[in-house]
Amino acid sequence: MTISLIFMSALMLVVAWWIIKQTVNTQPWEAKAGHPEIGRFSGRSLPQPNSKLGLFVFLAVVTSLFSLFISAYMMRMELGDWRPLSDPGLLWWNSAALVLSSIALQWALIATKKNQIETVRNGMVLGGFFAIAFMAGQLIAWQQLIASGYIAQSNPANAFFYLITGLHALHLLGGLVVWSMTTIKLLAGVELERLRLSVELCAFYWHFLLVIWVILFSLLLST
Amino acid sequence: MIFAIALVILVIGSVLFHFLSPWYLTPLASNWSTIDDTLDITFLVTGFVFVVVNLFMAYCVYKFRHKEGARAHYEPENKKLEIWLTIITSIGVAAMLTPGLYVWADFVSPPEDASIVEAVGKQWQWSYRYPGEDGKLGSVDTRHTTTKNPFGMNPEDPNGQDDVLVLGDMHIPINRPVKMLLRSQDVLHDFAVAEFRVKMDLVPGHVTSLWFTPTVEGKYDVLCEELCGVGHYNMRSYVVVDTKADYDIWLSSQRTYAQTVSGDNAGASMEGVSASEQGRMLAISRGCVACHTTNGTPGIGPTWKGLFGKTETLVDGSNVVVDEAYFIESIVSPNAKVVEGYSPIMPPSSFTDAEMKALIAYVKDDLK
Amino acid sequence: MSNVAHDAHDYVPPVEIPEMELYHPKTWLGKYIFCQDAKVIAIQYSIVAIGIGLVALVMSLLMRVQLGWPGTFDFIDPAGYIQLVTMHGMIMVVYLLTALFLGGFGNYLIPLMVGARDMVFPFVNMLSFWIYFIAVLVLVASLFVPGGASGAGWTLYPPQAILPGTPGSGTGIILMLVSLSLFIVGFTMGGLNYVVTVLQARTRGMTLMRMPLTVWGIFMATVLALLAFPALLVACIMMLLDATIGTSFFMPAVVSMGQQLDYEGGSPILFQHLFWFFGHPEVYIVALPAFGIVSDLLSVHARKNIFGYRMMVWAIVIIAALSFVVWAHHMYVSGMNPYFGFFFATTTLIIAVPTAIKVYNWVLTLWRGNIRLNVPMLFAIGFIFTFVNGGLTGLFLGNVTIDLPLSDTMFVVAHFHMVMAVSPILVVFGAIYHWYPKITGRMLDDTLGKFHFWTTFLGTYAIYYPMHYLGFLGVPRRYYSIEGTSFIPESAADLNVAISIAAIFVGAVQLVFLYNLFVSYFRGKEAGPNPWEATTLEWQTADTPPKHGNFGEKLPLVYRWAYDYSVPGAEQDFIPQNVPPSVGAQTVDDEDEEDYEQHS
Repeated sequence: MTISLIFMSALMLVVAWWIIKQTVNTQPWEAKAGHPEIGRFSGRSLPQPNSKLGLFVFLAVVTSLFSLFISAYMMRMELGDWRPLSDPGLLWWNSAALVLSSIALQWALIATKKNQIETVRNGMVLGGFFAIAFMAGQLIAWQQLIASGYIAQSNPANAFFYLITGLHALHLLGGLVVWSMTTIKLLAGVELERLRLSVELCAFYWHFLLVIWVILFSLLLST
Repeated sequence: MIFAIALVILVIGSVLFHFLSPWYLTPLASNWSTIDDTLDITFLVTGFVFVVVNLFMAYCVYKFRHKEGARAHYEPENKKLEIWLTIITSIGVAAMLTPGLYVWADFVSPPEDASIVEAVGKQWQWSYRYPGEDGKLGSVDTRHTTTKNPFGMNPEDPNGQDDVLVLGDMHIPINRPVKMLLRSQDVLHDFAVAEFRVKMDLVPGHVTSLWFTPTVEGKYDVLCEELCGVGHYNMRSYVVVDTKADYDIWLSSQRTYAQTVSGDNAGASMEGVSASEQGRMLAISRGCVACHTTNGTPGIGPTWKGLFGKTETLVDGSNVVVDEAYFIESIVSPNAKVVEGYSPIMPPSSFTDAEMKALIAYVKDDLK
Repeated sequence: MSNVAHDAHDYVPPVEIPEMELYHPKTWLGKYIFCQDAKVIAIQYSIVAIGIGLVALVMSLLMRVQLGWPGTFDFIDPAGYIQLVTMHGMIMVVYLLTALFLGGFGNYLIPLMVGARDMVFPFVNMLSFWIYFIAVLVLVASLFVPGGASGAGWTLYPPQAILPGTPGSGTGIILMLVSLSLFIVGFTMGGLNYVVTVLQARTRGMTLMRMPLTVWGIFMATVLALLAFPALLVACIMMLLDATIGTSFFMPAVVSMGQQLDYEGGSPILFQHLFWFFGHPEVYIVALPAFGIVSDLLSVHARKNIFGYRMMVWAIVIIAALSFVVWAHHMYVSGMNPYFGFFFATTTLIIAVPTAIKVYNWVLTLWRGNIRLNVPMLFAIGFIFTFVNGGLTGLFLGNVTIDLPLSDTMFVVAHFHMVMAVSPILVVFGAIYHWYPKITGRMLDDTLGKFHFWTTFLGTYAIYYPMHYLGFLGVPRRYYSIEGTSFIPESAADLNVAISIAAIFVGAVQLVFLYNLFVSYFRGKEAGPNPWEATTLEWQTADTPPKHGNFGEKLPLVYRWAYDYSVPGAEQDFIPQNVPPSVGAQTVDDEDEEDYEQHS
């Protein structure tokens, strides 16, 4: 549980530090209307759109989920019957697809700031294409593994491989739902102004899932 | 006013209940008086806090109750008071924790010279294994477990040949530290003897342990205290604390693994005991009574009272008259013909012919 | 404030908050069923949670009947008994308390108390409720499938949870795991709302340190829940795979009922770590909202600010942070590495310090107050008493050594019911008596309320205080019956009878409460907007009950904290949060006032 413990402790420390910093020097019982920070306080803790903060909180939850899976993985690995599986070489190609997907979305994001709607469209479509390619590649990798006899029941290493990669793909699938709604609107000619935030959130979510994948992949490779 | 009085009465009542009620720790029968001491220290500290905080609250509720025209005192906070309260609380917590950690350090380091006894749990019975003359327990594996080899002994291991296998009560000599190794074959169980104070879970796939030194002769209940299925509440056994001499006599009368394999029954001294009495003892020691009552009420399985000659309806709708053949079949392969209304959850067991005869004699004659 | 100089350079222009686009239902279905108004969702959550909670209450009475008069009632067999134990525990902890405190009180109170029109993601909020509702249906369905509901105990420990010696080890446990997974998904949706609403949708002037402690408690509990529930989800998914396709995450090689099973090498202790990594924060997920709510009840009805507000906030934050490093105190005798005991005993006892500070501050709030013993106040003081009792017995179990004789006995049952059942439920009752006038516009009947308090408070104490002593004797928990032991005296059976009678009595008087809830809705005294003369924003709404959008045309502006009671020099003994300083004790110059207004 060390991994989760470290993650949780870090996160809780950040929360605690932030809150205490916000609160340590205030005398809440003094009713001050005119104080710059208190009186004119807007009611927002962060100058960010709500949906962006919502995504951040959601990603904290997802990080917690994956850190717990990794903790469980490491604890289960210690037990005697663990036989590591040979990771299919295809995973490298899949990783490359995911990296390209992330880059394409970043490209789209940069284009939104310059109001280049064509580039945004291209970036989004390309990003989605590579993400779907990644998922297809993962599916083929599963089939290769099953064909070469790595059954989930036969060893926990196999079971964890399917579980962790499957769960990661499931999160990407959720991202693709939002991506497709945004892309359809883009292609239908909805003005960029109304989609800027969606593109930004998609790109951010993609980068996040890429980081998670890199961590998971290196874990799978190293064990 | 009423509330303040109620609070005072509750505090006094709670304290009186503690001192006057007949229900408290069972008399200690092991070396773990230190656990009781730690408990007493904690009682002292927490009892003090309980009384002081609640009486102070009762006082506040009475003294500062709403009065016409009165106003509450305005005081947002009082740093000094809060810091003092924090310090005092921390001291109280340290006073409870420190002895606790010392005793725990003792618990996790069993004495070198402790004798080894292994307790094996399975749904819903206890059995015990002693290392025999060589002082070493033979290796075991769940994969070796069959009804003929209930301990899962490795037949190849020379260390295991002289292991003493006990399906009945566990015996230990007085005033000698015992380290119990705990092993489970199916689900979680927990080895607990109230008089010894210590307990520990049995975890399949792991060997856990605990240690104690029995200090009072007697026969104590062993209970399973980790939920282990429908028969959990009846998963019982006994531990008998003997003098060294009695213990040696008892141990020498038990069968070793090699003897059980060769069918040599020399160890069992059942002379002079009637067959049905032997059957009764078997039924208790092998855990049958966990599920089968002897008083006519249905348990997890059908009652044994008046079993023979009864016509039972099976789950497939057919009928069967209970005779010796059906009785034996139900023990050897219990899920072949399950009586309607019961789940197919009985583990098959193995008895020698003599034991089976004794069991039948008990159910047939004593439980007519 | 005239004495605070502010120059141009330290003037921070506020971020404009655009008026939120409110969802306007067009159909009856949209208004009452698939409604996106947090207040309606709150009521929906509360009704479902209390409904399923009543089922679990009946289950507990059946268990008490069996323990009090073993063998008298044929319809409770050993398998049925542990199914009752399991379902009662799971429903009460997750489906009642978590859902009621966060989904119920959280939805109703957060937007109103921080001065928001609604939650920030109303649609997701609505989905959250409906997924919760489906989770409850799946759980209920598990009672009726072949083999019945799971009987593995609410901790669902493998291997027994999925092996045939336990009732419901087939479909029952699978439905339980699916239901829990759904609950977690639904809760995460709601939780995102609560957190983001508190962070982003507060009204002008509502700084973090001006929030009522109720909001603090619910907010931190939600943060905990969002981070801790994934641990349960991980455990559920892995156990589902073990149970259905036969992986060996948690399952070692076992011989079950004489059969060698195909499992190999898994670790049941791994499940326990995951379970309690969720399970212990879960205790605080229930406790922190209760802490927050009770602080507000005490302050309002004692007409005094909560003593040491800042310390109370920090205590909530510190308790929340520490709750992630104490989980293994549930596992001292589980067979885990015994050296962990040192660490977890220490962290567990450290958490007692901030908790104790909260208790001191509650009592010090009463000190020199002007206590009005209204019904909510009775419940609040009752809470302090039972919480002190339950908290102190926690020091027994948390101290690893004393846990040896007491774990898995009735002492544990008594402890966690005192601290996690009786105490939060007293707060729930207090909160309902307190906010019912705002929710319905009518007061609950006072006489029935007092009767309800005294019977519940004294009754539950009579159930659980003596139960600790059964634990000292060594009576194990989760036992269908305990007969034929040498160490448990006959008199313990008498004590069990007494406890059962008290339990049935307490269960029965809850009918009075339900009657009160129902009848007062139609015939209760008109409450008016602010019957308790409280300062917080929910009592300052334009309408009672508040309409969709909460605060009439204009959102309130906040000038002060939530605890301006009995301020010296003020006309009344309370000053609502949206009253500018000039009206209260302190003055404000006109220029500031204008400044303030022009940005609103």
